[in-house]
Amino acid sequence: MKDTPDFAIHAEHLSRYYTLGTAVIRSVDDVSLSVAPGEFVALLGASGSGKSTLLNLIAGLDRATAGSITVGGRNLAQMSSQELSHHRRLTVGMVFQSFNLIPSMTVFENVELPLRFAETERSSRQDVVRQALDRVELGQRISHRPTELSGGEQQRVSIARALINNPSILLADEPTGNLDSRTGGEIMNVIRRCNQDLKMTIVMVTHERSLAEKFAQRLVFMADGKVVTQSAAEPELAR
Amino acid sequence: MKSYDLLELAGRNLRESMLRNALTTAGISIGVASLVAMLSLGAGLQDLANRRLSKSGLFDTVYVTSLRDFRESDPDQRKQERKVDVSKARALDDAARKDLATIPGVLEVSPEVRFMGEVRYADATHAAFVAGLTQSAKENESFDGMKGRFFASATAPEAIVQLDFAKDLNEKDPNSVIGQELVLRYAERQSMAGSSSPGAVADDSNPNASLGGGGGFSVVRKEQPLKIVGIIEQEPFGGMRSISRARVFIPSQLVENLNMMQYSDMRGLTGDAAGEKTYLALVVRVASAGKVQQVQDAVKKLGYRTFSILDATKGLRRFFTVLDLFLGIFGSLALAVASLAIINTLVMAVLERRREIGIMKAIGASDGDVKTLFFAEAGAMGLLGGVFGVILGWGIGRAINFGTNLWLQRRDMPPETIWASPLWLIFAAIGFSIVVSLIAGLYPAARASKLDPVQALRYE
Ligand SMILES: Nc1ncnc2c1ncn2[C@@H]1O[C@H](COP(=O)(O)OP(=O)(O)OP(=O)(O)O)[C@@H](O)[C@H]1O
Ligand SMILES: [Mg+2]
Repeated sequence: MKDTPDFAIHAEHLSRYYTLGTAVIRSVDDVSLSVAPGEFVALLGASGSGKSTLLNLIAGLDRATAGSITVGGRNLAQMSSQELSHHRRLTVGMVFQSFNLIPSMTVFENVELPLRFAETERSSRQDVVRQALDRVELGQRISHRPTELSGGEQQRVSIARALINNPSILLADEPTGNLDSRTGGEIMNVIRRCNQDLKMTIVMVTHERSLAEKFAQRLVFMADGKVVTQSAAEPELAR
Repeated sequence: MKSYDLLELAGRNLRESMLRNALTTAGISIGVASLVAMLSLGAGLQDLANRRLSKSGLFDTVYVTSLRDFRESDPDQRKQERKVDVSKARALDDAARKDLATIPGVLEVSPEVRFMGEVRYADATHAAFVAGLTQSAKENESFDGMKGRFFASATAPEAIVQLDFAKDLNEKDPNSVIGQELVLRYAERQSMAGSSSPGAVADDSNPNASLGGGGGFSVVRKEQPLKIVGIIEQEPFGGMRSISRARVFIPSQLVENLNMMQYSDMRGLTGDAAGEKTYLALVVRVASAGKVQQVQDAVKKLGYRTFSILDATKGLRRFFTVLDLFLGIFGSLALAVASLAIINTLVMAVLERRREIGIMKAIGASDGDVKTLFFAEAGAMGLLGGVFGVILGWGIGRAINFGTNLWLQRRDMPPETIWASPLWLIFAAIGFSIVVSLIAGLYPAARASKLDPVQALRYE
């Protein structure tokens, strides 16, 4: 980014309502939140508190009902759907609890897919994909199908895919939710390296407070769509 | 998305649900095949009719008669002609013949020569209709399988006989008449002051009939030896005749030189312009069938009556247009059903690939990318279905053609091509298949592109 904005992510009175018949569900309700570039923020809260919804709003996958959300200095509310897809492609990378790899594609093809949407020349893709997979230590598994990999390996593939277009922000929705604690720890180390080595901004949704406290710099607690408390954590920073 | 990526992704998606997509594609193929089959049949039948009609020599021929002679059988035209004073109508004479020859598009003008003559062969006398043929008649289909050859020149003293007549002459071996001599007896029209044509043998120096008065003529019995050079099965240009089918044919120029008496000479005797040589009918050969109408109009303007096969085939052409339309509609019907199969398949695919579409959007696919991907899949099915359909349709056509010819052969009839798949039809069918498939893909593609990724990714 040329002129680094003050905030990587800046939400002001951000709301996302769902109407079901006459009932209005306030998934995200008047949230104001700022994330500095290179910051590692953990989103915590009970199930249904609106964490995923907030993450999707930052990702540009969902649109706000009210308020504004600015990512990388650009207001997502003013973007066309074409521009939003561009934002998802290049500015943010997403990682999910259920990995969300495409089962019919090999590891290589899964990681390559965002490059296709970014219209990267075919000739230069090979190396980029291999590098990304080497970074998550899966360089030997490129022709395997996702179903042939363990959960931890699949999540590493999905991280490689999220990083392939060099986004500045990584959005992770319970990335360790489906993994045992040892494998989850491995994944957290990969994410931490993204934060520390690649200077990426990280917003990670998690249920596990211990994990959040161990890796994140700041904990944001949500309840009923609102941000209730924020606290700085003391992550076991650079050893 | 780059087009090679688009094609690659579409291709892998099609392979992914191989059976379903193959069945859908087969459905399109059958639709296209039925369309191709129907239109090929239509085109083939039309070709066949055109070929038959144009080879018959009738398509590029205009018959011209004088308004003095006969009466038009068509009631509308008869009403028109009633206004004309018959005795003042232009005679079909040599001047008229020259006028006709100058009309643009006219290749040649020849008198229609056809008379009942007496023929002597091997000391026996036979009665037969004799017709004159111009050199251009050689192109007629009647000569396709002829025995012997055509006339050496337009004035050669030669004759071609019809097969049945050859059998009359020599029961056992009709082919042996080729090379033999035949003597034609006819009545020569001699102007009072004129002399007999050279080459003709005068049978009797005394005129049989002689009429006094200015410009009269006498009739002399003459004989003309002819060498038989060929045998044909059917009379050329005979399609329109039934009673006066000719059995002996001689070069028309030769006949003209013989100065034979014609019916019109008798007619002329009682008319005002007695003694003047006129023609009963002139046959105008036109450069192409397309110019017949134009020539016909020009001839009418000169004050003559015309007749061409065009008049008779107007209804036929209308029939083929309607036939093509109906065959096309029936053919398209199957393709319409196939297009429903495409819609069904792709809607199913959208439902099945909900999550995949959500993932693609989450990692940066635009609505347009998703839409074009489904379009490409529909288009690919259309292309494949079109190509296989054309092959299938062509195969069906060959089979039907083969079957028809087998059937014709059993009945001793010559083989026919009733099936024509012109190149334009093949490309049009494939193109049509793609277009129909893309239209069918419109709804599924729109549905896929509008899919909300948040919803699609919400639950596992
Ligand atoms: N499309 C929708 N229609 C109606 N309500 C919705 C919709 N999407 C989300 N919600 C509601 O919004 C609220 C927040 O959902 P969200 O998925 O953000 O919660 P969460 O904090 O991520 O929960 P979890 O920890 O279980 O993943 C929930 O009450 C959910 O029912
Ligand atoms: Mg959630």
